[in-house]
Amino acid sequence: MKRFIGFITKEFYHIFRDTRSLFILFGMPIVQILLFGFAITNEINNVDIAILDHSKDATTKEIINKISASKYFSIKQILERETDIEAVFKKGKVKAVLNFETDFSKNLIKDHQATVQIITDATDPNTANTISNYINSILQNYQQEQNKAIQIDYVIVPEPRMVYNPELKSVYMFVPGVMTIILMLVSAMMTSISITREKELGTMEILLVSPIKPFQVIIGKVFPYIFLSVINAVVIVLLSIFIFKMPIQGSLFLLALESVLFIISALALGILISTMSATQQTAMMISLMGLMLPVILLSGFIFPISSMPLSLQVLSNIIPAKWFIIILKGIMLKGVGIEFIWKETFILMGMTILFIGLSIKKYKIRLE
Amino acid sequence: MKKTNVIQAEDLTKMFGDFKAVNGITFEVKKGEIFGFLGANGAGKTTAMKMLIGISIPTSGKANVAGFDVFTQAEDIKKNIGYMSQKFALYDDLTVKENISFFGGIYGLTKARIKEKTKGLIEDLGLQEVSNQLVGSLPLGWKQKISFSVALLHEPKIVFLDEPTGGVDPITRRQFWEMIYKAAHDGTTIFVTTHYMDEAEYCDRVSIMVNGKIEALNTPKKLKEQFQVDNMNDVFLKLARG
Repeated sequence: MKRFIGFITKEFYHIFRDTRSLFILFGMPIVQILLFGFAITNEINNVDIAILDHSKDATTKEIINKISASKYFSIKQILERETDIEAVFKKGKVKAVLNFETDFSKNLIKDHQATVQIITDATDPNTANTISNYINSILQNYQQEQNKAIQIDYVIVPEPRMVYNPELKSVYMFVPGVMTIILMLVSAMMTSISITREKELGTMEILLVSPIKPFQVIIGKVFPYIFLSVINAVVIVLLSIFIFKMPIQGSLFLLALESVLFIISALALGILISTMSATQQTAMMISLMGLMLPVILLSGFIFPISSMPLSLQVLSNIIPAKWFIIILKGIMLKGVGIEFIWKETFILMGMTILFIGLSIKKYKIRLE
Repeated sequence: MKKTNVIQAEDLTKMFGDFKAVNGITFEVKKGEIFGFLGANGAGKTTAMKMLIGISIPTSGKANVAGFDVFTQAEDIKKNIGYMSQKFALYDDLTVKENISFFGGIYGLTKARIKEKTKGLIEDLGLQEVSNQLVGSLPLGWKQKISFSVALLHEPKIVFLDEPTGGVDPITRRQFWEMIYKAAHDGTTIFVTTHYMDEAEYCDRVSIMVNGKIEALNTPKKLKEQFQVDNMNDVFLKLARG
């Protein structure tokens, strides 16, 4: 036990004397969560748009007023000619142009139909889509208000209600994802680098020749990162509660347990990577390409799994992060208990056991 | 086994697939001896040494190190030997003192013992000025002297040195060998691999490995007579060229 404490002390010296690992450990989580929370967002706010109004009548004015009154859009420019549309997009001044046809009001009364063209700048497809949807719903809203006066025999009124994230805040979606990435990064990449560093420097050989047992070496290397990962998870949760006002609906205790499970599975992966790589650089490349990319692309963090091609959907099942994100969203947003996420928990446990088994096997072969 | 033999290997063999990295070597090392273990790169020196220090299991044969069997008592061997390799130069981001107490700790020395050892070591090597500096900032020669002393910290019966003087200047090498002599004089057995043939002359006995076999084993003087040359370099060349 005394040997073990000495070993861990040494690991902490390594970590605290290396500015690079200090930054990855403590700077990264905070920077990432703030970046994802504030800067990278799917919401739109005060988007600049332009109007080309060929009819300039009462109806179009009302619609324009309604749009400019919403917090989502601000009208930057009133255009006069069709040719201005292209020009204003090229300058990049506005994200969308509304083009009302001539005699809008008249057509509406005469034909019960009038057209307004919504032109969006789709160099950024997500934003274009969102803008178009928002404008659509403002128009529909207006239409419904107008129709109140008119008697129709029957009418279908859609009443959408978004549950678990009614304001559609992107930070609710990013927090589970960022937490997953950070835990993966700290646990898997940092451990694999720290183990391969000993191999690269030749100190691993010295440790193996000493009476300290190989599994003690590994546990000693891993232990500080369990501790630091837990601190990171706590920091992320606190940031999301206090800065982004994200409520944690479910049990914090369950959240902690599940996080520890994921941390252990990531650590096991880190050990596995370290048994496969001889240098710190290889370990870093394998961690980044083999872990970070799948975590970002295939875990459902940014891109919904259900809209992926079947082959990728199948592939996403082998990524531990996918299951952890489902668990996190369940606990944080839906407030569910273990009875709803036991399946994901079991899968994650199974993977963890597999990774630990594989790394023990690999480690033994390497010793031989 | 005679009591004075601290290493005894008999027909020790290591196979990697069909390749015989070490092909039935037999030799013994006496207590307090400086034993030079020579061979060209790839001759099987490192593999042989790994079997003796208990991190590689032999395919066949027998070996006994510090009174323990390499097959069944590797853990006991580890407690009784010290090891230093060329690559190893302590932890650069730990201070001299922290390195000493870390390695003292993993060899199970008590706190009081570590403190006493640290003091002695720092005085012997004249490191008072730098004992709280990070090892990374010290010259290579110093690091090697410190790591040799660290390998001796737990007073092992045998010290294995794997090319300990690689990359240092002749004066430091000379000083390093003085430390080796002193340790041997105090009763520690030294098992050393080297590429420097002048260092081979310093050894009590020398073995030369070629293609996994020990082709020659004797005192440097007798080897030179046997091959009718003036220095160990020529002995080595004659053997290595076959």
